[in-house]
Formats: sequence, structure tokens, C-alpha cells
Amino acid sequence: MGGYSALGLLRHGLGAKAWPPAWREASPRERYRVVIIGGGGHGLATAYYLARNHGIRDVAVLEKGWIGGGNTGRNTTIVRSNYYYPESAALYDLSLKLYEGLSRELDYNIMLSQRGMMTVAHSRHELDMVRRWAGAIRANGIDSELLSPVEVARLAPLFDTSPQARYPVWGGFIQRRGGTARHDAVAWGYARAASTLGVDIIQNCEVTAIRRDPTGRATGVGTSRGEIAADSVVMAVAGHSTAVADMAGFRLPVTSYALQAMVSEPVKPVLDVVVLSLATGLYVSQSDKGEMVLGGALDLYNSYGQRGNLPTAINVAGAAAEQFPALGRLRMLRQWAGIVDVVQDSSPILGESPVPGLYINCGWGTGGFKAIPAGGWLTAHHVATGHSHAIATPFSLRRFTTGALIDEAAAAGIAH
Amino acid sequence: MLLISCPHCGPRDEVEFRCGGEAHLTRPGPPDTVSDDIWAGYLFMRRNPRGLHYERWLHAAGCRTWFNVARDTVTHEIKVVYAMGQPRPECT
Repeated sequence: MGGYSALGLLRHGLGAKAWPPAWREASPRERYRVVIIGGGGHGLATAYYLARNHGIRDVAVLEKGWIGGGNTGRNTTIVRSNYYYPESAALYDLSLKLYEGLSRELDYNIMLSQRGMMTVAHSRHELDMVRRWAGAIRANGIDSELLSPVEVARLAPLFDTSPQARYPVWGGFIQRRGGTARHDAVAWGYARAASTLGVDIIQNCEVTAIRRDPTGRATGVGTSRGEIAADSVVMAVAGHSTAVADMAGFRLPVTSYALQAMVSEPVKPVLDVVVLSLATGLYVSQSDKGEMVLGGALDLYNSYGQRGNLPTAINVAGAAAEQFPALGRLRMLRQWAGIVDVVQDSSPILGESPVPGLYINCGWGTGGFKAIPAGGWLTAHHVATGHSHAIATPFSLRRFTTGALIDEAAAAGIAH
Repeated sequence: MLLISCPHCGPRDEVEFRCGGEAHLTRPGPPDTVSDDIWAGYLFMRRNPRGLHYERWLHAAGCRTWFNVARDTVTHEIKVVYAMGQPRPECT
């Protein structure tokens, strides 16, 4: 397949030869050592790290649509590790550190832009919370700096920081290592690297059943393209996790909601930091194409409709127009929603399921994109070694029975 | 935008309501006889179907009463609105 290089770009640019496909189009075989359900970022990363870290190349990734077509292609591309609890900080900072080396690791430009992730407080109470978060995050060994209103204004000149603003700015904090990455490139880069190591990526292959032997152990899957046997099965299907759990006969503490995002027409560079407003839940960043990327809170009821409802879209767009008055006249180009797997304590579920041989990677809620490298790394570790990685251990499904929840709902600066 | 028929107030916009999640959950008991697994099931495990879902809603900005709704989670179509305490109606 060959690596990518400036010389290669020149050669392909001058020659008429088409670029070769980045990954092999595979057909399912009868048996694999590991079958991964879901060809999003987490599934592809799991396959890549199984092959790269553990030498397990007899792996298939099964995707019912096209790879990266679910939440991996529907998020607002933000990466950060500014989490409150030490367990979460270790998890998400592993992810961010892997992201920092990922373009070189995969030989694929994921366009990581560590432009900073700024969280803005709009009241005395929010500022108290922000101070507490920023201190906890720093105590977790992760960079975070408190910002004065003047510094907020300097970082985001279009943000309404005037004294008469509807949401006056009291301060904030920033994680300078946070930022954005190109979401499609993350999926394609992992797919290309995994495929090069021998992983079969099988698109348009929907899993319809989990096969189990008389002892209850998972032995493979039934799919729209036939039966596939496997020693281990991994599920990495985000908002459809309970559908797979239903097939396997167990329950998960997961509720599926639509999370919306939208982008404006492209404009010249006006914002070089990611902004989260605590008062409105608005997320804003500017893509390299110049589009303003807007996100906000979840829709308010269970949904598998990848559309999003109007009241939430109005809230997001209204907050953007109010807090960034200069954006008020931009036209929106696209709006969409992804179906996210929300767990009561807003932390992911990693590791063993009640069905032996079936491993879970789910529950990332509204924040799965930033966690792709760590989710893949830790899931691969568990499948390959039979033991959970120390960073993943607190996130097991058992925590809902033992009560050792990691409640980031109130702590992480986002209501996911 | 959903148009939800509150049993008391009639059809209103969804912004007046709060969704309270899965309906027909029964608290297990008495507490000293309930295992950790059953508590976990009651507190955290939820039916999360792709399709018909029976759920509780509150008319928060209206009469402030709770009621049940059978709704499709893909199309969002509301099949039946029924009172708290009534059994699950059959829906197609």
C-alpha cells in the first residue's frame, strides 16, 4: 500500500495514476479470532491496536453501513481531557496523548489542531465551579489555566463579553492541549493502518444475532452476509449498544438520545479556540474550511432518529446568535444528529459483559470522539490479555452493581 | 417538534413537557430481601428499544401532572397517551 509522503504527493499530482484505495475491501471469512461489531472510530481503533500492540491480526470489523458513517462522522471533532475525577482524567488523557502522536503513528494526517478548549463561566456560581474544576484537573496532572474576563475576550474577540451581555462573562478556564481533529481522517487512518496489518474491514454487513454455545459463551455472530465464528466478539456500536445487548440477552444502563450539531456557511478565520459556554451549553469552533461548527445539549427524549428535534436546534442557534452577535446573520449549511449512548454516571462502559467472550466498549455518550484512541487501546488490551487495563478497570459494567460510579455528569463541564 | 396531547390540557408543544424515561418500573422490595443485582437493574438498567417505547412524561409548564406515552423512538410518532397506573396498551 505504501506510505504517504511529500514525494508521493508530487508523483501522484503530476502523474495521471489514481490513488490506490486506503484500505482493502474485504469479504467475510467463516472464522476470525476476533470479530468487532461496529466500524466507527472505537471499532477500527480496537482492531488496529489488536494488530499493532498484541500481534492479533486475524480480526474482522463488521459495519452495517460505511465506516465512520455513524457518530464518528457526526460529532463536532473536539478533543480534550479536562475531566474532574482521576479515573476519567487518566482515561481521557491517555486518549489525548495518543491523538498527539497519531498522525505519525498512522501515517495519516488527522489534522490535530491543539488550539485550546475554553470553558466560559457566566455567573458567580459558574465561576466557583470553574475554579473547582480547573484545580481538580490540574491536580490530575492535566494542563488547565484559569482565565479572567479580559483573557476570555482576548482569546475569542467575537464572544459578547460586554457588561450588558445577556450572559455576562465572569471568567473561565482553558486546556491549551485541547482542540479539534479531522473526524473522518481518524476513521480512515485507523482503517488504513489496520487493513495494512491484515485486519478485514467489512462494510454493509449488519450483525443480526450473537451466537452462543451451550455454556453461554459467545461463539460468533449472525450477519446479513452469513455466519461468522469468532473466539472473541467486541461490540462498539454507541447508540445501538442495547440492540446488541438484546441479541445477547443482557441489559445495559444505556439510553439512546439524539445529539445535534450544525455548521454554517464558511467564512474567513474568526475563531481559533474551541468555546464552551456553561450557561447555554453552546459549543463553537471553526473548521479549517471556515464553517462555524455549533453543538449543544442532548435532545430531551429517547431517540434513534438521526435528525434531532427543532427546539434543541433553536436553542443552539439562538445561543450562538446571542453570544456571538457577529455570527447571527450566517446561514446554516447543514444540521444533523448522531445517536449517543448515555449512561447515568456519564462515564463509559469498558470490558467484560455478562456473556463470556463478548466485550463492551460503549457508554461514551456525547464524548466518544475524543476517546477513540484510548477506547481502542484499552479494549484491545482486554481482549488480547484477558485482563482489563488498569485505566479501564474502574469503568467496568460491574460498577452499577457495586455502586462505585464515576459520576462525571456534574463534574466534566458537560451534561452528557 | 412533537405535539403531545396532555390528558388534562389537550395538545401542546413538546417544549412544555419533560420526558421521565421508561414507564412501568416497579420498585423491588422489601429492601432487605433485594440483591445488589436486582437493585442495579431497578436503578440503572433500562429498556432502550429501537421502535415502540412506553415512557413517562410530565406536563411541566402546564398542569404539572405525570402521564404515560407509547411512542416510536425512530419516527417519534405518538401512538397512545394513557394515565399513570394503567397497564401497557397494545400498540402496532
